[in-house]
Amino acid sequence: MTTTPVEPPEAALQAAFDATVAHHDRIEPRDWMPEGYRKTLIRQIAQHAHSEIIGMQPEGNWISRAPSLRRKAILLAKVQDEAGHGLYLYSAAETLGVSRDELVELLLSGRQKYSSIFNYPTLSYADVGTIGWLVDGAAICNQVPLCRTSYGPYGRAMIRICKEESFHQRQGFELLMTMMRGTGEQRAMVQESVDRFWWPSLMMFGPPDDKSPNSEQSMAWGIKRNSNDELRQKFVDMTVPQAKALGVTLPDPELRWNEERGHHDFGQPDWAELTAVIRGNGPCNAQRMAHRRKAHEDGAWVREAASAFAARNEAARTAAKGLK
Amino acid sequence: MKRDWPLYEVFIRGKRGLNHVHVGSLHAPDDAFAVAHARDVYTRRNEGVSIWVVRADAITASSPDEKDPLFAPSGDKVYRHPTFYEIPADVPHM
Ligand SMILES: [Fe+2]
Ligand SMILES: [Fe+2]
Repeated sequence: MTTTPVEPPEAALQAAFDATVAHHDRIEPRDWMPEGYRKTLIRQIAQHAHSEIIGMQPEGNWISRAPSLRRKAILLAKVQDEAGHGLYLYSAAETLGVSRDELVELLLSGRQKYSSIFNYPTLSYADVGTIGWLVDGAAICNQVPLCRTSYGPYGRAMIRICKEESFHQRQGFELLMTMMRGTGEQRAMVQESVDRFWWPSLMMFGPPDDKSPNSEQSMAWGIKRNSNDELRQKFVDMTVPQAKALGVTLPDPELRWNEERGHHDFGQPDWAELTAVIRGNGPCNAQRMAHRRKAHEDGAWVREAASAFAARNEAARTAAKGLK
Repeated sequence: MKRDWPLYEVFIRGKRGLNHVHVGSLHAPDDAFAVAHARDVYTRRNEGVSIWVVRADAITASSPDEKDPLFAPSGDKVYRHPTFYEIPADVPHM
């Protein structure tokens, strides 16, 4: 059998792509894909990767001050996982034809964003627990449906990430439980931390559906599986009984069970605040970016030394071959 | 911007008796670093007992897309599968 190496017309390629997505099959790197799909995915995966990398900072702040060796080891492992998540995701983005250097540059130059939640400070040690419980909890809600996303490498990265996120959420919850069994002062610390992180956690799902213009196309492409409001509702419903078990109050006077809907009713976060944080005016935006840039610059000599070492070995190998 | 480190594909043997399976990729300046990085990135929870790394540009793949006519010849050879053959249910060990 012979095959002609002629490119099929674009309409046929588009039809094949649409059929693959409609069958919930996966698109793989070497498949034809619409330019918009490629671009949207690169941005989505890259911003997700940047979030994992910047997300190391708020908790990293407490590694040196963790109250015991056990807590320090746990926190180190958690923060190291987040670095790993960033690397899985950068690799997935690179399969779409963008280079690692470009991706790093997009973050460092501020041309691409990361999740708004990491622009809030970690003022007390209880924040380590609250972030694990609420922030990683919200991330899990967002990420579990992405394990079935239409782009193969992205879905595979998400499966790996979701497995590890479960440890993140549980260690946070256990930390808070331990503090809630402690002194009145410790309990107050937990409540104060939950009060600060509750609304920013709800914002992690993005703006309300009627103000989320790109969602429809992303849903059609299978790179988004649930709407922002659906996921937010799911998160609230999951979290309420956990808060009860913990003995903390979620700071929303409108929060109550709605028998008719079979869901909790809840208040809306301050969307103007989300817009401000995304625009760069959150409490820690400048600090996070400055720290990331400095870490990148401080690590330059390590990368250069490794490259020089590799080049020298390569030269020695080539020379040895020449002598034979 | 300076050149990226080469891309390596990473394969891990989960435990003795299993094949190495592709788990993802990473950048490293050379082969030895690639193994070290693969350990840190892909085996933080006993996921493996052995790691292979290979430079992505050393891999030869079947065709530019995943719907390869190369595989068409095997599509219509149902007789290569045991279920093609009807054997009476009372014949043992078949
Ligand atoms: Fe993560
Ligand atoms: Fe996490």
